[in-house]
Amino acid sequence: MSEVIVITSGKGGVGKTTTSANIGTGLAMLGMRTALIDTDIGLRNLDVVMGLENRIVYNLVDVVEGNCRMKQALIRDKRYPNLYLLPSAQTRDKSAVNPEQMIKLTEDLKDDFDYILLDCPAGIEQGFRNAIAGADRAVVVTTPEVSAIRDADRIIGLLEARDMGQVQLIVNRVRTDMVRRGDMMSVDDVMDILAIPLLGAIPDDESIVVSTNQGEPLAGTDTPSGQAYLDICKRLLGEDIPITVPDGGRGFISRLTGFLKRA
Amino acid sequence: MYRSRRFFGNRSGEVARKRLKLLLAADKTNCSPEFLEMIKDDLFAVISKYLDIDRGDVEVGLTKTFPNREESQMPVLYAAVPIDGSLLRGHFNAVI
Repeated sequence: MSEVIVITSGKGGVGKTTTSANIGTGLAMLGMRTALIDTDIGLRNLDVVMGLENRIVYNLVDVVEGNCRMKQALIRDKRYPNLYLLPSAQTRDKSAVNPEQMIKLTEDLKDDFDYILLDCPAGIEQGFRNAIAGADRAVVVTTPEVSAIRDADRIIGLLEARDMGQVQLIVNRVRTDMVRRGDMMSVDDVMDILAIPLLGAIPDDESIVVSTNQGEPLAGTDTPSGQAYLDICKRLLGEDIPITVPDGGRGFISRLTGFLKRA
Repeated sequence: MYRSRRFFGNRSGEVARKRLKLLLAADKTNCSPEFLEMIKDDLFAVISKYLDIDRGDVEVGLTKTFPNREESQMPVLYAAVPIDGSLLRGHFNAVI
């Protein structure tokens, strides 16, 4: 039984693409046959975060328009043979695809994959409507900021209006040191306001920048965010893992231990 | 920490939380700040017939909580009109 999950947020820049790449990598690491689909037509990014930008021959629009077969467009990941990426088109725009075509695309992939992850573009226009059309469930990514949470609330309303199955929340870029001194909303505050179940919380972690620079998602690695992403993947598979908010390495204690480790 | 709290007032996380709650209530009811200003104007006009109040002190907004009650499922419109106790007494004396 395969599942189609859309990763969305409303606001741009909160970490949808990074989250998609890391959940995809984590699920593949746990043995799931996983397909990542970049639905942001015109602003292709997921390929770069995955480090697969040099292998693109065909893209999502080519598949939809029948210029190639699905198998020709799917790019196998560098590290996990059970992880594939369907890149988006860079030279077209959102109107190149419609929701019916997206439903057909995801249906076609269900035969070969356990998990199909859709990286949704920012906004609530056609790109968003395309991305959610074929999804069984949704993951809403936000950061603990007023603007991101406001947009997340709007997105949750739209998803519920379209009878999306399960809708869960990821709070990204949490800084426990700032939460502790009262200068950032806590994960509990965000959950209280958005009132949907929490799938996980990701600390604001410098390793994410390094990982994106290198084009290698860090799910499962020995970093605070790598562990948080792997926990999220296990929860998606139904494991009961308590949600903790790891320290992203900015607090005094973790800076001290980090310093001692390096010394 | 206690001292810094007293010194700086609300910490910014709490400020963000409060702003967001009002913002979302306004988004959900499709109730614009101008609409609230109109209500405020009318309330002020009515109450100032009886009491000498300052328009700047009148507060009208949306919240999710009733005073002394559990959190409401629907947004709640609230109005706060601070009055000077002496004004109230003076007025009643005049009426009586």
